[in-house]
Amino acid sequence: MSVWIAIAATAIGCYAAKLLGLSVPEGLLERPVVKRLVTLLPVALLAALTAQQTFSTGGALVLDAKALGLSAAAVALLLRAPFLIVIAVAVLVTAGVRALGQA
Amino acid sequence: MTPVLEQKDASQPQADPPSATSLQDRAVIRDALGVGVAVGLSGFAFGVTAVGAGLSLPQTCALSLFVFTGASQFALVGALAAGGSPLTAAAGAFFLGVRNTFYGLRLATLLRLPRLVRPLAAHMVIDETAAVTLAQESRRSARLGFTVTGVTIFTLWNLTTLLGAMGADALGDTERWGLDAAGPAVFLALLAPMLRTAVARATAALAVVVGLGLLPVLPGGVPVLLAALAAPVVLTVQGLAFARRSRKGGGEPVQEQAAEGTPRKGPEGEEHR
Repeated sequence: MSVWIAIAATAIGCYAAKLLGLSVPEGLLERPVVKRLVTLLPVALLAALTAQQTFSTGGALVLDAKALGLSAAAVALLLRAPFLIVIAVAVLVTAGVRALGQA
Repeated sequence: MTPVLEQKDASQPQADPPSATSLQDRAVIRDALGVGVAVGLSGFAFGVTAVGAGLSLPQTCALSLFVFTGASQFALVGALAAGGSPLTAAAGAFFLGVRNTFYGLRLATLLRLPRLVRPLAAHMVIDETAAVTLAQESRRSARLGFTVTGVTIFTLWNLTTLLGAMGADALGDTERWGLDAAGPAVFLALLAPMLRTAVARATAALAVVVGLGLLPVLPGGVPVLLAALAAPVVLTVQGLAFARRSRKGGGEPVQEQAAEGTPRKGPEGEEHR
């Protein structure tokens, strides 16, 4: 039951957050400062999320196969690989490094 | 997908060359579908992870249907698995979801959606739709990119969540298959085209330091929100530096414009191809 409460609370909260963004009056964005800020916020959030999900497991910092997988993905991005290839490279390299580590 | 479109072209070789609009539409659709398919991979990873963390199949699918924002879903499942209380877990997931508000702010001006469409469109305001939509140069492309990306991801994300949840037992450990790398790789691929300006790169670097530095000491979801403060901090520093340069008489408005960034110009779409 408590899991369902968590799911409902998250669903309502996340939907409200999404709808709020679309519904805020436009005038608020006319100022250049706000505009620049709103352009940069996703950069900060995505960078932090990428780093955290790459270098942590369950709230602790770790350096494991994922780091190599993501490095390979970064190289693929520099080589202008398609989106799907970038993800596949990350997954395959990570799995490969783990397989080698256990062999 | 691409071969089908090209075949269609070949079947009418003598027809007028496709208009610039239809070429652009095609490029937008290709990008959008590419992102949608890629996200499908992490949907599978989510399904496996959630069931592995002790959620039932209906609970796992409900998350993908009604929360529909990957990072929050992963965060909630992780917190529940770690024994967090339902409301603490939900709070962490919600904090992660707050970034969609910022995406929505930007999308609103680009898409100019009719009031009645907004409640439905809001559900699709996530990292991937924002990245594809913000990369477009016209309202038409933006609306097309938003819709195709949103519908593709919603369909595939829910389908692959179901498959992952059903296949969790057969697959065993997701980490063995490297599926835990899919999520951050999606974020990295979305981030890369945004890093055109020095200001953007400085913001990203600061956010990484803050996000990783605070991760071990603060509850889940909070470090990411604090890392978002990198944006105002970098803008303030840049503003101060610019003001000082202007006072010395060497003020170059051109430079500020460049820093302000028209990061959406250029071969943005090529990043996803």
